[in-house]
Amino acid sequence: MGVVKIKKDFHEARWCEPIIYEMSTPGQRGILVPMPDDEVKEAAGDVLSAIPANLRRKELNLPEMDQKHVLQHYIRLTQETLGANLTNDISEGTCTMKYNPRVNEDLAANPNFAEVHPLQDEETVQGILEIHYKFEQIIKEISGLDRVTFQPGGGNHAVYTAASVVRAYWESKGELDKRDEVITTIFSHPCDAATPATAGFKIITLYPDKDGFPDIEALKAAVSERTAAIFMTNPEDIGLYNPRVDEFVKIVHSVGGLCFYDQANANAFLGVARAKEAGFDMCHFNVHKTFGTPHGSSGPANGAFCCKEEFAKFLPVPTVGFDGKKYFLDFNHPESFGKVRDFWGTAGVILRAYAWTMMLGAEGLRECADISVINNNYFEKKLLTIPGLSECFAGNGHRRQEQVRYSWEKLKEDTGVGTVEVANRAVDYGIPHYWFSHHPWEIPEPMTLEPCETYSKDDLDEYYEVLKQVSKEAYETPEIVINAPHKAAAHKRNDEAALDDPEKWATTWKAYVRKHGNK
Amino acid sequence: MKKKLGLIVNPVAGMGGRVGLKGSDGEEIQRKARELGAKPESPQRAVDALERLVVSKDEIEIITYPGDMGETEARQCGFEPIVIGSAEPGRTTARDTINAAREMAEQKVDLILFAGGDGTARNLYDALGNSEIPVIGIPAGVKIHSAVYATNSRNAGEVALMFLQGKIKRVQDSEVMDIDEDAFREGRVTARLYGYLKVPHEQRLVQNLKSGRTEGEEAALNSIADEVIESMEDDVIYVIGPGTTTRAVMNKLGLENTLLGVDVILNKKVIASDVTESQLLDLIKGKKAKIVVTIIGGQGYIFGRGNQQISPRVLREVGKENIIVIAPQNKLTALGQNPLLIDTGDYEVNGMISGYYRVVTGYQKTVMRKAE
Ligand SMILES: Cc1ncc(COP(=O)(O)O)c(C=O)c1O
Repeated sequence: MGVVKIKKDFHEARWCEPIIYEMSTPGQRGILVPMPDDEVKEAAGDVLSAIPANLRRKELNLPEMDQKHVLQHYIRLTQETLGANLTNDISEGTCTMKYNPRVNEDLAANPNFAEVHPLQDEETVQGILEIHYKFEQIIKEISGLDRVTFQPGGGNHAVYTAASVVRAYWESKGELDKRDEVITTIFSHPCDAATPATAGFKIITLYPDKDGFPDIEALKAAVSERTAAIFMTNPEDIGLYNPRVDEFVKIVHSVGGLCFYDQANANAFLGVARAKEAGFDMCHFNVHKTFGTPHGSSGPANGAFCCKEEFAKFLPVPTVGFDGKKYFLDFNHPESFGKVRDFWGTAGVILRAYAWTMMLGAEGLRECADISVINNNYFEKKLLTIPGLSECFAGNGHRRQEQVRYSWEKLKEDTGVGTVEVANRAVDYGIPHYWFSHHPWEIPEPMTLEPCETYSKDDLDEYYEVLKQVSKEAYETPEIVINAPHKAAAHKRNDEAALDDPEKWATTWKAYVRKHGNK
Repeated sequence: MKKKLGLIVNPVAGMGGRVGLKGSDGEEIQRKARELGAKPESPQRAVDALERLVVSKDEIEIITYPGDMGETEARQCGFEPIVIGSAEPGRTTARDTINAAREMAEQKVDLILFAGGDGTARNLYDALGNSEIPVIGIPAGVKIHSAVYATNSRNAGEVALMFLQGKIKRVQDSEVMDIDEDAFREGRVTARLYGYLKVPHEQRLVQNLKSGRTEGEEAALNSIADEVIESMEDDVIYVIGPGTTTRAVMNKLGLENTLLGVDVILNKKVIASDVTESQLLDLIKGKKAKIVVTIIGGQGYIFGRGNQQISPRVLREVGKENIIVIAPQNKLTALGQNPLLIDTGDYEVNGMISGYYRVVTGYQKTVMRKAE
């Protein structure tokens, strides 16, 4: 074990890279595409006429650059981030930033896998269908439920799938107009409210009781013959496992409502507790979080939605089946609610997750959960000795699971330095900017940290030393913390309000030019 | 040695509220309030608070002003107070409150327990300035913006007792705020910070300062209004309480509203504006009625602050199931773990309408919150 040192001399690269559009030089090219030979033209015919008129572009608004400078630009950008592979990413609480084994990247990059296409004939993609099917069997075992779809492209998406199944279920019974309420809890992930709302349900949110668990009396007051379902996370995003989760299920079932379990925080209980035994009808996993694959940033991630047999007929199509000899795509679900996405799931994520799971085996999965909870409890005890730091619902007598929502309220009171400033200052020691909390900020000056199983004791200790140092600075020289970061690629936002003002922020260059003009 | 407790009751505090006046400061308003049939509220509330102290009667010496400024209430609870100063019965003024507080400070009381509203708190501040004498307020006024009040009369007594017994040791500088009463009656809120008084620190029992609205809330108010309006039933009377959240509902319906008063609508038309308790009772008699109220800032009150027209009698008539509580999410967040609060002055009605509410926070969005 090495000596834990905090990186006092850390300094991030600062390239001050312009936006790639601003680097464009008219006429510059990366590749000069040759004109087709006459023979080719003749054989292909008028290919352009096959493209619908509204998809044809006369002008391509793309930056004009040579290859070297494109490569250089993107490498520089990667040097200006503090991702999970580069640093101690305990920071991203609620996101389960565990190590994604490199060997699985090799599998995913293997041309035999990388070059298959979902529109290929079933016969020619038996291998990936087999992995898909087998991974479904594993997920069934882990959840205890009967059917799984991997079509959703992430956690929110899987929860939206649940909302769509709940909708299809009540529609099939002809009761959708009566069953129009979905109950959730304030410390569940916000998608547990947002996606049923998108599916047309009214949302009732429960607040916690004095111990921080969803108030069971409030649940009793909320359920009625209008209850379509409950959507709840457990352990919630503050790291507390609701010990009465089965009672919640019973109360909702007693009025005829359905129960969906958001298991994105499954790293706390993999192989320990199952949705089935708690009585749930449906659940989901964030495959990219819990099963060791890249997160994919709102794109190529994966959410596994699981349900009891009774609800399988509503699943999106296609599902992957096996007739004893070969694997096939099953579109034959007349009551399916449709699709949430093209095809049948992010193959690259499923392949990596399957490999990850097979490498660990059943005991290994449970060990992951155990180590994350032990890591977190070691870390928690240590962190709570830092002046100015506390945790939410402190002293309620319940052990934290895989993450903790802390509070810098005391530090703020004592020194004027709040959680935003602490996070900025931690970056100066090479620690990624940490996650505060989902909105609303029910816990003042929040900080949510999740030290998954892949972090070593040294990692935990380093993180602790950094926060201790920042706290010390806050008491002694608060201006250093308040003006941080000093050593990061980017400093503070020039205009704090800009993020909230739709007239100012832009997610594309086109929108930027429209809102701010081309400087 | 006995602990010395100063007791000051502003006997006219709270008179304006029940008859639809937005405060009770100034003789003209008090006369008007009496004409409208108002009865003083604060003596009873002071008694409710003092009852909590009876258990330690032998350890506490009450120093107070004559008549209904404290002497009467103290005797009613079985105390033998030391009466100082002089005041004209039935015609006490702000000057008397100031004098009383000054003299108590000179006598080095351990704590001043006082009953009133924001005006009274200001008077105490005028007298005590930045002195070290701690105070705790019994909320009895129409306006309670200051953070020097307990959440209700009984809790005020509780805090006083715990402090005198040494169970609460910390005191906290707490804001004395008041609004311009003339502007208030015209529907404008201009709260001002006048200074700080020392208050025993017991989070749950002392009111948080009203938290101001943050920006970006227009959208939230709009969607709350959509929800309320969509669920409105024909031929049901809607009693719209004061506040900017309820105003959003009226605005969306294109109706005139009284920012700090109670309006009544039926089939989306105003049938009475800025009503008093008795007008309200007449309007709802034998009809199906619903009440729409919001939380007052960071305190969590849904009844008993600034909406006293919606009195215990009105609430009895309407019933808990017909109360619609609306509030933007950030107001609920500001409350933290604290419940919504009810302090109608009638403990039976408080009990009757306490329990869980589905607070409307947006279109098709509610949260379960408990009111006590
Ligand atoms: C409890 C919970 N549910 C749902 C999600 C949403 O998942 P995703 O970000 O993949 O959409 C998350 C994200 O981490 C989560 O923590």
